[in-house]
Amino acid sequence: MYTLSSKLRIFSIIIMVLGLVGLVFGFISVPSTIEEAKAAMTTSHEGESHGEATNEHASDAHHEEEASFVDMARGEEGYSEAAMSKSKDSGTAEHHSDEEHMGHVLHQMQTKPWSALFVAAFFFMMIALGTLVFYAIQYASQSGWSPVLYRVMEGITSYLLPGSIIVVLIVLFAGTHFYPWQDHELVAEDSILQGKSGYLNFPFFIIRAVVYLIGWNLFRYFSRRNSLLQDTANDIEPYKKNFKYSVLFLAFFLATESMMAWDWFMSMTPHWFSTLFAWYILASILVSAVTVIALVTIFLKGLGHLDFVNDSHLHDLAKFMFGFSIFWTYLWFGQFMLIWYANIPEEVTYFILRIQEYNLLFFGMLVLNFVFPILMLMNSDYKRVPWFVVMAGVIILVGHYIDIFLLVMPSTVGPYWSFGITEIAAVLFFLGLFIFIVGTGLGKVSLRPRRNPYIVESEHYHY
Amino acid sequence: MASPNVIHVLYNDDDILMNAVKEIRANHYTIEEVYTPFPVHGLDKAMGLAPTRLAITSFMYGLVGLSVAVLMMNYIMIEDWPRNIGGKPSFSFHQNMPAFVPIMFELTVFFAAHLMVITFYMRSKIWPFKKPENPDLRTTDDHFLVEMHIGDNDLEKVSKFLRDTGAAEISLVHNEEA
Repeated sequence: MYTLSSKLRIFSIIIMVLGLVGLVFGFISVPSTIEEAKAAMTTSHEGESHGEATNEHASDAHHEEEASFVDMARGEEGYSEAAMSKSKDSGTAEHHSDEEHMGHVLHQMQTKPWSALFVAAFFFMMIALGTLVFYAIQYASQSGWSPVLYRVMEGITSYLLPGSIIVVLIVLFAGTHFYPWQDHELVAEDSILQGKSGYLNFPFFIIRAVVYLIGWNLFRYFSRRNSLLQDTANDIEPYKKNFKYSVLFLAFFLATESMMAWDWFMSMTPHWFSTLFAWYILASILVSAVTVIALVTIFLKGLGHLDFVNDSHLHDLAKFMFGFSIFWTYLWFGQFMLIWYANIPEEVTYFILRIQEYNLLFFGMLVLNFVFPILMLMNSDYKRVPWFVVMAGVIILVGHYIDIFLLVMPSTVGPYWSFGITEIAAVLFFLGLFIFIVGTGLGKVSLRPRRNPYIVESEHYHY
Repeated sequence: MASPNVIHVLYNDDDILMNAVKEIRANHYTIEEVYTPFPVHGLDKAMGLAPTRLAITSFMYGLVGLSVAVLMMNYIMIEDWPRNIGGKPSFSFHQNMPAFVPIMFELTVFFAAHLMVITFYMRSKIWPFKKPENPDLRTTDDHFLVEMHIGDNDLEKVSKFLRDTGAAEISLVHNEEA
């Protein structure tokens, strides 16, 4: 039986406290007036504009060396560059009236700590949620390899209740920081938002959030209870119940996950929509969850608590990490390429903002989430080497944190993002909470399930 | 060690075959070949065969396919005749890359799959009109056959040993080629 070591407990509490302090600092230090926002902007933008200027210089020089064919055809150097740059107008240049503009900037700056909090809160909640989904899939598909990992998965999903409550509270209290459609004055002027108000209105929004919360946590509660009952049962009734609940939960989850993605993420930019969006978030959820299952399994096995888990189980988890990483990339690219190709103004704004203001993160994420996993986890032998899987896992988790960051930040704070104390503090706080709750959850019962109909097959699983 | 004589040992169960193969190897007899009607899980390990490198070749073929796609489209769409087709930015490869990705992907898969299959055919020497090599027709249906060289071993001793491993039928075959 595993118990959370006192070192780890103290570590998690320390980073929670540090995170909390950082978050409080983040919320206090936002500018509260337009003058303060202006001051903050000048300090943070001086360095940036400098960098841009030198960059442009460098790219000019580069273009003189190999003038593009368009320039040659035009007989005009730098023509293509100018044409290309004209198509990129992010709306950050000073064009509207200064007062109105600065009001907007102030609002985005005030939103920043909210967004940092939400990104980290959702990231850790989605790991627990994804683990629950993976767990339900294992039950529903009557998998023979995974029952030895059921207690590990249940340990991770113990974070779901506190995690999802925090996320729902953030979503409900963020108000117009996240969701422009909650601003009545804005809706009054905006016929598009009026058209969506049948779905995007606050009472219905609360009801939906509460339904997701209750539905997910009910399945977690009952499946855990049945799973433990099965340990002492004389028949397989609890197992059969869990099978039924899993099937129902998966149907419920697929519907609610889509709506969650529309509610909590897509409605941050209520003029924009994408049909693939919910699936895309689902892929992120699943790959992060499987990665964390693998990491926790390796950790517990390293401590000697999972002697019945062999390298074939690890191999299977790594295969899922590999497969879901590619699945994520497929959906990411499916969404990006369709919008890029058609280039319809009302759709493409989403990516223009991300490519211009978040360029490195936006494409760097692709390297972390696709190139690294595909190269590191392709070899069958490497998938059995714990430290290799840990390495790939850490990269995948960092990549998917950036992924969530890029879902939220551009939509809420726009160009005024940075990765500083508030963001790090939010990650630390939720990481500490995650370690604390998952560690405690894992420690409650023996990590070896008993009397599960597939446990014997699972213990002898060999690939 | 080109011996003119080989022994064909027939088994009628894959479990017995697996145990027999392990015993034969434990007693330092050399197995020439094993014929089975279906893949017997773990037989390659029991025989001590080296793992296949087919997956590695496939990976390299995939890289070739990716390169072909990139070079082809860079030449055609960007260098040779860059036209404005529906406003797509054909100024440089990376600006228009998303449009090329489906082709890059498919060619990678195409090369990886087909060249690997052809490699498999060549390495295992399979082609149309190839003369079948199975020594006993029953090995395609329900029998398992182990082929061994006798070498300098005493025939009596060997056959007694093989009988103990559960062989259903043992026959001495004169190899015409030797």
